[in-house]
Amino acid sequence: MRLRFVWPLLAFVVLVALLWVGLSLNPREIPSPLIGQPAPAFSLPELHDPEKQVSHTDLLGEPVLLNVFASWCVSCRHEHGVLVELDKYGIPIYGLNYRDTRDDALRYLRAAGEDPYTAIAFDERGLVGIDWGVYATPETFLLDSQGIIRYKHIGPISPQIARDTIIPLYHQLLAEEVPSS
Amino acid sequence: MLPEIGLLALILALILALLQGVLPLLGAARGDQALMAVGRSAAWGQFVFLFIAYLILTHAFLTHDFSVAYVASHSNLALPLKYQLSAVWGGHEGSLLLWALMLGFWSVMVSIFSRSLPADVLARVLGVMGLVAVGFIGFMVFTSSPFERLIPAPLDGRDLNPMLQDPGLIFHPPTLYMGYVGFVVPFAFAIAALLGGRLDAAWARWSRPWTAVAWAFLTLGIGLGSWWAYYELGWGGWWFWDPVENASLMPWLTGTALLHSLAVTEKRGTFKNWTVMLAILTFSLTLLGAFLVRSGVLTSVHAFAVDPSRGSYLLGYMAVVVGISLSLFAWRGPKVGLGGSFGMFSRETGLLLNNVILVVACAAVLLGTIYPLVLDALGLGKISVGPPYFESVFLPLMLPLMLLLGFGPTVRWKQDDPLQVLRRLRLILAFSLVVGMLWPLAVGSWSLLAAMGTFLGLWIMATIVHDVFVRLRQTPPVPEHDEAKSPRVRRLGLGYVGMQLAHFGMALMVVGITFVIGYDQERDVHLRIGETITVAGYDFRLEGISRVQGPNYVADRGEVTVFDGERQLPTLYPEKRYYPSQEMPMTQASLNRGIFRDLYVSLGEPLPDGSWIARVYYKPYMNWVWLGCLLMTFGGLIAAADRRYRLKTAQASVAHPDPAVLANAKPSGTG
Repeated sequence: MRLRFVWPLLAFVVLVALLWVGLSLNPREIPSPLIGQPAPAFSLPELHDPEKQVSHTDLLGEPVLLNVFASWCVSCRHEHGVLVELDKYGIPIYGLNYRDTRDDALRYLRAAGEDPYTAIAFDERGLVGIDWGVYATPETFLLDSQGIIRYKHIGPISPQIARDTIIPLYHQLLAEEVPSS
Repeated sequence: MLPEIGLLALILALILALLQGVLPLLGAARGDQALMAVGRSAAWGQFVFLFIAYLILTHAFLTHDFSVAYVASHSNLALPLKYQLSAVWGGHEGSLLLWALMLGFWSVMVSIFSRSLPADVLARVLGVMGLVAVGFIGFMVFTSSPFERLIPAPLDGRDLNPMLQDPGLIFHPPTLYMGYVGFVVPFAFAIAALLGGRLDAAWARWSRPWTAVAWAFLTLGIGLGSWWAYYELGWGGWWFWDPVENASLMPWLTGTALLHSLAVTEKRGTFKNWTVMLAILTFSLTLLGAFLVRSGVLTSVHAFAVDPSRGSYLLGYMAVVVGISLSLFAWRGPKVGLGGSFGMFSRETGLLLNNVILVVACAAVLLGTIYPLVLDALGLGKISVGPPYFESVFLPLMLPLMLLLGFGPTVRWKQDDPLQVLRRLRLILAFSLVVGMLWPLAVGSWSLLAAMGTFLGLWIMATIVHDVFVRLRQTPPVPEHDEAKSPRVRRLGLGYVGMQLAHFGMALMVVGITFVIGYDQERDVHLRIGETITVAGYDFRLEGISRVQGPNYVADRGEVTVFDGERQLPTLYPEKRYYPSQEMPMTQASLNRGIFRDLYVSLGEPLPDGSWIARVYYKPYMNWVWLGCLLMTFGGLIAAADRRYRLKTAQASVAHPDPAVLANAKPSGTG
């Protein structure tokens, strides 16, 4: 048996071993290395009022949502109504307007009707988005009162995700807050 | 009751496949004629039972039997009839049934058309195909039965994914699967040859037509998928380097290499081991494709519902089938002789280069496709590999391949003189260089890449035309009365005609891809009713939007008039559809197709100020890509119909009566 006739078999064995390990992993689950970490620092102009600054310190003090959106993002439109409901429910929502122009973003918000955001950081060139590991809009982060990222959702928030995941988690974070204060 | 009979039919088919897989192989090893003969009847029986199962599943769809879980999740009461029929293969379980059915069909075809094969060869081939079928039917019976019940039955089904409700879906999966599954035949021939120790020219000749047919179907299947994505997804794109597309491209690349390598093995008796390796590799890649799509190890727009048990089954199956094949290769391969020698500059060298490039291209695609998975498996993090990688590795490989494609078929077997070939082709080279350099100017601004693409496309076309003329002149004169019966083109041999047709298709595709990548224009616009936008010199005006009720959807239909200067072109009607059963919006693009360009409008979302988001594309030479695909398909089918494949095996190894092949000894020969 000459070696050159054996190596295809060897290569195949390696491939199968890798695929075997791969099988136990979930490719859709993109673990954010940020979970359990403090929110990346940023300071950006506010979307409505360029004079003001929005920074990571604004997110401290109580559990909040940070929602990454853009006017060019179609699925952001789909989740907008859910965000409005979450805002009405009492969860503070901060926006990160990602790779957008101010005019387009303002037009988008006017068109969408209600504005659920407490404040919106305007990340025109997407540099802050890189720090936050944004890879597709919309993305939503849930932060606790210490500014630690506790949960991340990629893609539009459906009413089910809001009801079954985000709201219970939010209450859990609220409850955590009581003993520490 | 019927669905249970369907499951029973599957189980019977499984048993018959097992018989087909074991007995003929045993018979061939012992020289027992009776056992060998079991193969054919078992193949027929297996096919009949699979067909019964298929009919029962179709019946469940037509009668809206939502107590069958598969029907409930892939159909509903409002689904139009044609999509009820195609929904049978719209999901994992049903498409697997289609896959198994086609595998059975190929077995039956082999048993019909290979009657002239020696009994032991036929027995081994059918045996290998039976063993492959055991894996697929077993997969269905044990993990993915399409007849699983859902009790209590829902009142209405979840509906077929709206993306799949399109004529493209009716044809894309069956043709693609015919191609995928078809490569089991050359694989079975290769394994049979390894088992029997007979790797000769006859073996290559038996494999060639099957490979050509499978290749033609795979080509058409990939083309249809691309064509469907182009107009159905509304992004104006036609190839995304998605893992599942790559999974179909990889066996296509090695299958193309196999087709060419078989030619060398048949004509010159060399490359034998390599040919066997390619046959195994191509089939393994179809299995790998099935695994990637159906196990959920990679993210893809095509992926079926994820279930880990399916993934482990398929991986285990692949490990067994491919592992045994490669072990057999490692054991028997070294005993195979090397065959005839050839010079540095010869047809063999050209085909060797062709094979090397295609296999390297396949390896590059494989690497890019599984790289994220490998990194993840080794705990090195999650990444994704996108089109820039694939484009930057694919292009430098395809350019020399296309240059070679022009030369290859005109070079002699064994040894040729490079200077003579160059002298023969210098006018053609000059012509395609000059015209190729100028052609991009007719479409837009000049770029080197576009000029190279058009030069290579023209170069291939011109060498084909030249070669056909030279050969027609060289075919020996035939008596007058014979002329009517066999026209000159006929006497070139269908193998040759098919090859040149496929090569010509490739050239059209090269030109099409060059232009559509280099010069397409795209605009995202907000259009008010009555507003006009100009893209690539064409004026598009949104005349109005109306609400349209479809059978199972409601749509906003835009009316867009198109003007080329003063001349009005057919009005386009792009739609934004909403399917209530799946709460899913769908974009239905509208196209004006032409020889030199497609105009493409897809409708986006309405804006509160009454305007609509729309995407307008100008896609030059898009249809050349599809036309190229069609020519390649026909080329493959025509080549497979060459009469020398139908000759009795007794005559097979003697010299050939075909005048075109006699001309082989002269400047050029058939591929």
